[in-house]
Amino acid sequence: MVSYAERLEAVWHEGTGLAGFVGTVDHKRIGLRYLYTGFVFFVIAGIEAGLLRMQLAAPDLEVLSPQAYNELFSMHGVTMMFLFATPVLSGFGNYFVPLMIGARDMAFPRLNAFGYWVFLAAGVFLNSAFLAGQAPDAGWFNYLPLANAEFTPSLAIDFYALSLIFLGVSTTAGAINFLVTILKLRAPGMTLNRIPIFVWGEVAFALTVVFALPALTVAAVLLELERKFGFHFYDIAGGGDPVLWQHLFWFFGHPEVYLIVLPALGLVSAIIPTFSRRPMIGYTYIVLAELAIFVISFGVWVHHMFAVGLPTIAMGFISAASFLVVVPSGTQIFAWLATMVSGRLVLSTAMWFVLGFLVLFVIGGLTGAMFSAVPFDQATTDSYFVVAHFHYVLVGGAVFPMFAGLYHWGPKMLGRRLDERLGKISFWLMFVGFNLTFFPMHVAGLLGQPRRTYTYHAGLGWELPNLLSTVGGAVFGIGILVTFVNWFRAKSRGAPAGDDPWGGETLEWATSSPPPEYNFETVPTIRSREPMWFQPELRGGAQSPEEGGRPLADGHATLSTTIGDAEPRAVVHMPHASPWPLFLTLAMTVAFTGVLFSSWGVAVVGAIASVAATMGWLWPRGETQET
Amino acid sequence: MTVAERDLELTGRPDEALPAHANGPDSFAWWGMVWLILTEAALFATLLVSYWYLRFRAGPTWPPDGIDKPELALPLVMSAILWSSSLPVHLADRAVRRGRQRGLRFGLLAGWILGATFLTLQFAVEYPQVLEEFTPRTNAYGSLFFTLTGLHGAHVLVGLGVSAWVQVRAWRGAFDERRHVSVQNFTMYWHFVDVVWLFVLSTIYLAPHV
Repeated sequence: MVSYAERLEAVWHEGTGLAGFVGTVDHKRIGLRYLYTGFVFFVIAGIEAGLLRMQLAAPDLEVLSPQAYNELFSMHGVTMMFLFATPVLSGFGNYFVPLMIGARDMAFPRLNAFGYWVFLAAGVFLNSAFLAGQAPDAGWFNYLPLANAEFTPSLAIDFYALSLIFLGVSTTAGAINFLVTILKLRAPGMTLNRIPIFVWGEVAFALTVVFALPALTVAAVLLELERKFGFHFYDIAGGGDPVLWQHLFWFFGHPEVYLIVLPALGLVSAIIPTFSRRPMIGYTYIVLAELAIFVISFGVWVHHMFAVGLPTIAMGFISAASFLVVVPSGTQIFAWLATMVSGRLVLSTAMWFVLGFLVLFVIGGLTGAMFSAVPFDQATTDSYFVVAHFHYVLVGGAVFPMFAGLYHWGPKMLGRRLDERLGKISFWLMFVGFNLTFFPMHVAGLLGQPRRTYTYHAGLGWELPNLLSTVGGAVFGIGILVTFVNWFRAKSRGAPAGDDPWGGETLEWATSSPPPEYNFETVPTIRSREPMWFQPELRGGAQSPEEGGRPLADGHATLSTTIGDAEPRAVVHMPHASPWPLFLTLAMTVAFTGVLFSSWGVAVVGAIASVAATMGWLWPRGETQET
Repeated sequence: MTVAERDLELTGRPDEALPAHANGPDSFAWWGMVWLILTEAALFATLLVSYWYLRFRAGPTWPPDGIDKPELALPLVMSAILWSSSLPVHLADRAVRRGRQRGLRFGLLAGWILGATFLTLQFAVEYPQVLEEFTPRTNAYGSLFFTLTGLHGAHVLVGLGVSAWVQVRAWRGAFDERRHVSVQNFTMYWHFVDVVWLFVLSTIYLAPHV
């Protein structure tokens, strides 16, 4: 008899060559593409930051012109937030959510491929602004009236607004895909209270996207209507109000910060139990804390606007809500500490990055709580103190967990181990370099150095902190480089990883490294929150049918289960590889380019091509049951 | 009956078969539509809040700059037409669950005709009238009027396109009592577009009269 693996291989293999490359819908390949592309943008934005630091290393330098400086800090922020942090965390989610819940793919595999292509297209679209010599230069939050057609007549702001609208399509599609996958594709028996915390982190992320991202889309669409067609939303003379932009932007913008940090916190929760050799303490509290942060994040946006001159009563409410964020954040930190203290700590590289994260995130959280106090915020707003704070939160709170994720999950993705010694060297360079870069910024900020100013004069006491920051930036960059070298070295000649190099507790460790296209030979039945520790039959990824595994070997299928108790309800046939998501992306790129240059003929052609590509995508071919 | 005739599929576990087609909350597509509608609702909510924000910043006179309060007769007729379109669509959805092809096909067709009538009235009758008095470039009031009603109109247009697609497939016999999630999804979307109109109507047309 032919084994399950051979039968599954026959239906799940996507084929090599161009068709497989262009058409792939495998969540693992797409996840890796998100990771690699995201890290390319990380390097680009890092180089931008390096240039900024060179300009500020000493007083009155002329490394960059003021205009170049404005473009670089704007592009650094936009790229890091939208093209690095969110996509890389989506990449981890794409790769590991289906594995951790025992599914064979994401709920909408073609939408998943589409999300990646649109992300890539929007990223290239935005960065091509450099080639046009008209890069966005109004900061990542792009305030009006600076960004209107009168004060920035070039295409710079159009590049910014259109690429964010375009990218929003990708982020929304990805979020909906995560939500449906996590609600409906969990292996039988994975009840709500057995979902891995990392997966809960992706739920919180996706919920935030669904409800917050429309505000950014609306803000950007209204801006383009005003810039391109002379509508009035943000100009006082026409009855608009520039503060509307601030409200819309920050109603999205503050949740955006949490939607970066939430999956990163989930990543930390995936690593700590493995290397503490015990189940997580306070699982329920951590999950509730993540969801509470999602809720609270919608009530704090005005704390970015304390200096605007809003009513005191409004600021009071927002200030209180901002203080409230400390509670769920602290809950998670204490649960992690308790788990580590009561377990047997294994200091792998991944764990070092987690410990580094804890230190940096607490420091960033402390300064964050300081900003919740309106008078303190008003005194330090737009100073380097703010820059220091949000780099501690975002780099400490998201980049360190991402690197922990690379070391924790690298062996699963590559099938080979990363070098632990190089990893620890990388960690210490990054940790020391990071603090050397950003701690002095607190001091410079309190001494009055404003952000977004291309130079400064000697004698203000800012020389030393700025020099330290620049040196620290170089050390930080070298530390990052060491991990990249480590990654590619492991890829070609690392030691074989085996299925489960760390003795992990979640399902992704049940299958081979890297996993086969169908993930698991049988869709397992789950009976524990730490299935790999309490269900020994799962090893090898092939729980036998007698023990509850379902091979579904007759087709290209996965299971649909109920939301609460994950009881099997139907066998769902999944779509195969398809080039149409790429075609649709290309058509949309044509449309957006037409709008950018106000070439309406081109835009209409792109829009019509988009409709045609959507029809080609949806054309019934009798292979799935999506009717 | 064999397993295939009962529309079941073997899972490979001893003596276990599950439905080979999923509809409603068992299907992935149905949940995809739920989340799409929720994020679309957030989009409309944001735009409506922007309207109210600018209205209250504008001072006591609304509409500003001597623009008359919006005409009510035509929008109310349009509302009646649009909302009545939800009924045949609902009946079509109910018909296909019982495998009735005629109810499905003619219900969708009737909904399409009513939706198209609404859109024709909006673009061919209402807009030309309004444009004689103000345009989107006149002031923020004009911009908000055309952006909100235009966005809603665009959703009706997309709904008509999706309906046409579903209808072609319905006439080709793609749906029956076991597989009809596309009909369910279109129905959900169409009801959503109708509900949103309630908020657009109240904000744009009714509120200035209060």
